[in-house]
Amino acid sequence: MSTKIKINSQIFQDSNKVYYPKDEAEVSDLIRELYKQDSPTEIIGNNSKSFIGNKTQSANTTSLSKISGIIDYRPEELYIKVKACTPINEIEEVLSENNQELAFEPIDFGYIKEGKSNKGTIAGYLSCNYAGSRRFKVGSVRDHVLGFKGVNGKGDIIKSGGTVVKNVTGYDLSKLIAGSFGTLVALTEITLKVLPKKDSSKTVIIYPGDFEQIYDFLNKLSSSSSEISGAVFVPEQSKDKDFVIKKNSVFKFNDLKSNFSFLAFRVEGDKISIEEKINNLKKELELNNSDISTLDVYQSEPFWKKVNNLEVFENTEHNLIRMVIPPANGSKLCKYLENNHNYFVDWCGSLFWIEINSKKEEKIKDLKKMAKEFGGYLTVIKTSSEYDYGEAIFTVDKVRLMISEKVKQSFDPKRILNPGKMYRGV
Amino acid sequence: MSELALPKIDQTILNRKSEIVKNLSKLTDKENVLSEADELRPYETDALSVYTQTPLAVVLPENTDEVSEILKYCYSENIKVVPRGAGTGLSGGALPLQDAILIGLGKFNKILEIDYENKCVVTQPGVTNLGITHAVQHKGFYYAPDPSSQLACSIGGNVAENSGGVHSLKYGTTTNNILGVQMVMMDGTICRFGGKSFDQEGYDLMGLICGSEGLLGVVTEVTVKILKKPEVVKAALIGFPSIKEGGDAASEIISSGIVPAGMEIMDKALIEATDNFSKAGYPRDAELLLIVELDGTESEVNELIKKVEVICKKNNCSSLKLSNSEKERLSFWAGRKAAFPACGAMAPDYYCMDGSIPRGKLAEALLEIKKLSEKYELPVANCFHAGDGNLHPLIMFDGNDKEQLRKTEEFGSEILKTCVRLGGVITGEHGVGIEKRELMCEMFNDNDIQQQLNIKKSLDEKNLLNPGKVYPILRKCAEEGRVHVHKNKDKFPDLPRF
Repeated sequence: MSTKIKINSQIFQDSNKVYYPKDEAEVSDLIRELYKQDSPTEIIGNNSKSFIGNKTQSANTTSLSKISGIIDYRPEELYIKVKACTPINEIEEVLSENNQELAFEPIDFGYIKEGKSNKGTIAGYLSCNYAGSRRFKVGSVRDHVLGFKGVNGKGDIIKSGGTVVKNVTGYDLSKLIAGSFGTLVALTEITLKVLPKKDSSKTVIIYPGDFEQIYDFLNKLSSSSSEISGAVFVPEQSKDKDFVIKKNSVFKFNDLKSNFSFLAFRVEGDKISIEEKINNLKKELELNNSDISTLDVYQSEPFWKKVNNLEVFENTEHNLIRMVIPPANGSKLCKYLENNHNYFVDWCGSLFWIEINSKKEEKIKDLKKMAKEFGGYLTVIKTSSEYDYGEAIFTVDKVRLMISEKVKQSFDPKRILNPGKMYRGV
Repeated sequence: MSELALPKIDQTILNRKSEIVKNLSKLTDKENVLSEADELRPYETDALSVYTQTPLAVVLPENTDEVSEILKYCYSENIKVVPRGAGTGLSGGALPLQDAILIGLGKFNKILEIDYENKCVVTQPGVTNLGITHAVQHKGFYYAPDPSSQLACSIGGNVAENSGGVHSLKYGTTTNNILGVQMVMMDGTICRFGGKSFDQEGYDLMGLICGSEGLLGVVTEVTVKILKKPEVVKAALIGFPSIKEGGDAASEIISSGIVPAGMEIMDKALIEATDNFSKAGYPRDAELLLIVELDGTESEVNELIKKVEVICKKNNCSSLKLSNSEKERLSFWAGRKAAFPACGAMAPDYYCMDGSIPRGKLAEALLEIKKLSEKYELPVANCFHAGDGNLHPLIMFDGNDKEQLRKTEEFGSEILKTCVRLGGVITGEHGVGIEKRELMCEMFNDNDIQQQLNIKKSLDEKNLLNPGKVYPILRKCAEEGRVHVHKNKDKFPDLPRF
């Protein structure tokens, strides 16, 4: 009897030889067995984001997709406890019934992957830690995780955190798990902080001049007591006709001139305070009504969905870069990118989504160098078919890599879980 | 107080004291190394002053390279190291060990950069929490986490403890408000996690360090996020005829979609104690007092206050007062901030507990505590961060009476176990330190604790950095876990404590 069949006798395996443990105990049994056999496994959920990161070199694939379902939702306690691979859509639906939401605005990577919505599971989001436009105001996925349960690389079931927001009992492993790309534990249970939905929203569109002015506006917006909850800049990029067409069709709204460069900021809250904040901000930014247009709630909501779905890069076949830098260096980066690469800027000037329409990885190398100089980092989120991984898709320095290896060792000494998904040796 | 178990003392290190002191003096200015008994005395304890230990020596480095050299030396010579910020911690996290060097970060007291464009401040760890706000408030900015000891506690200590404050429901704790740290590992390696931008890629090592109670590294620089002050802040002072009605109102405020900047509850015992102490003008006939603070733009705050009023009236509040000025708002808080000294004035000693519970379990928890109070025949006063579920019962007793002391310890332990049973945790913001070490197994099983110990081992293989803290030494759930204050002699009696 082969070792594979031995495991298979316990746990369902489909025709592609993917294991589907049905509960936490089965995940633990499977990993314990793989640990004994020194046989690594790729960990997947619903496969919506598995294209992000390096390809794992492992003999096995384990899908946690059957570990799904809501365990405990307490709207009045502002938390929801779910099995790890509960689809985001299911969670959002239940929260919506109580007028609550995941405030970090999950990005829908389905559009760039296959041109349609596929939000995937909460475990996938936590493993990537990619938050949407509201990030600079409310925090990232990592800031909304109160606790988790999972199975480490030896097959031990471990937990950390709880259901309360104030908790300093032991190391905060929830943070470590966020953005770990499934290399530390196979998640089985996640508890999230949820927040009330805002009553309404409006989005103000400005058609600014040069990059200095754009960043001056963004700086004033993030310095205001009249809080905004989103600010993106979408450049004109007139040289790339295909991108212009795409951009114009994605951002086709009655009150938006999408053929121009535009800066959009969102204000949320009750209707009276939205008006008050917009008026304050107009004064602070010294804007006249003639300079701006406003998207009402019916346009504002779909606008931000399109931003968070990365719809301008729908079905992209090029390399798609996610670059985060301190906003003070943003205008310099915009100048570099202008008419060279298609891009837009989110998080009030800090997050750049950049499409590299070039087979040469030199371009990515240049950008990574720039990201480091600016005090940030970049990740190649989607690679073109020609990408040969000559340039690592993550940004890491020697010391952090050394510490990451140690941390990996402490969870997964034989590198059973998603080996090499982030860095070689981790 | 129970005998405190500490790591085995390495006699060879004690015997080498003069040589070690001499060597340390080569790594920093000679005056930065303290080794005489009277020099060491101020470092014998932190704000959990019931436990004292004299360290082998104290070293006060002046820059990151010195910290690195000192740790490298201690690593190679197998000398234990205890890091210390301002020493205001309530759980004994900075308690020295007899065979360990205490490394004080008091000389790291400069703000290095104020960067308004990137909305952050780069600071050395010895700068106080409030010092950061003071440096940026003239431009209308502030640093959000506000532990009640913010006047004295250092930002480095805040990182070690992941400190919160009354505003943490809306604005988060330290971990949600820092962007980067520079840290020195036990072997002297200097590392940097994060920077001035959000969410550094890869393992969130900054998130791991935050709240690690000085067990994984010595923080030598912190980059914190600063926020613009809200336009308007108002507070409401609301009395209720019963615990249940007040607790229900607090729950309903949250479930109605309001996220208050702060929301505090005090029980009748504490209303009376604080009103006697600070003349705050609290409604003394109320069984429960709720303070709700709201911030935002003028119309936003007015709208929210209306909603809070409706909810409180629906839950039969007996009094409701809104702050009409900043002065009045601060006066609402004055009594609450005096909660600890007020209890200190009522009894020779008090123990402060620090558990978290789900908000909706407040009435249940308070009734349970009341029953326990009757059972142990010891008075207790309760304050509660109703916004985030953090409960601080204050047990009053006379420490000279051995039987009362024993009963108090049992009482406190039962309270923390009750918190866990109700779905909460044993420490919301004071940290585990040495104080609640043995209660860790109330929350975690062997696998959970082993995983945490594995992380510790991977980053500090010789277990030299702050050993004996956070993780159980006895591997059983001992009856420990409170802040003990004798004759109101809190180490920092002037600091407000929440």
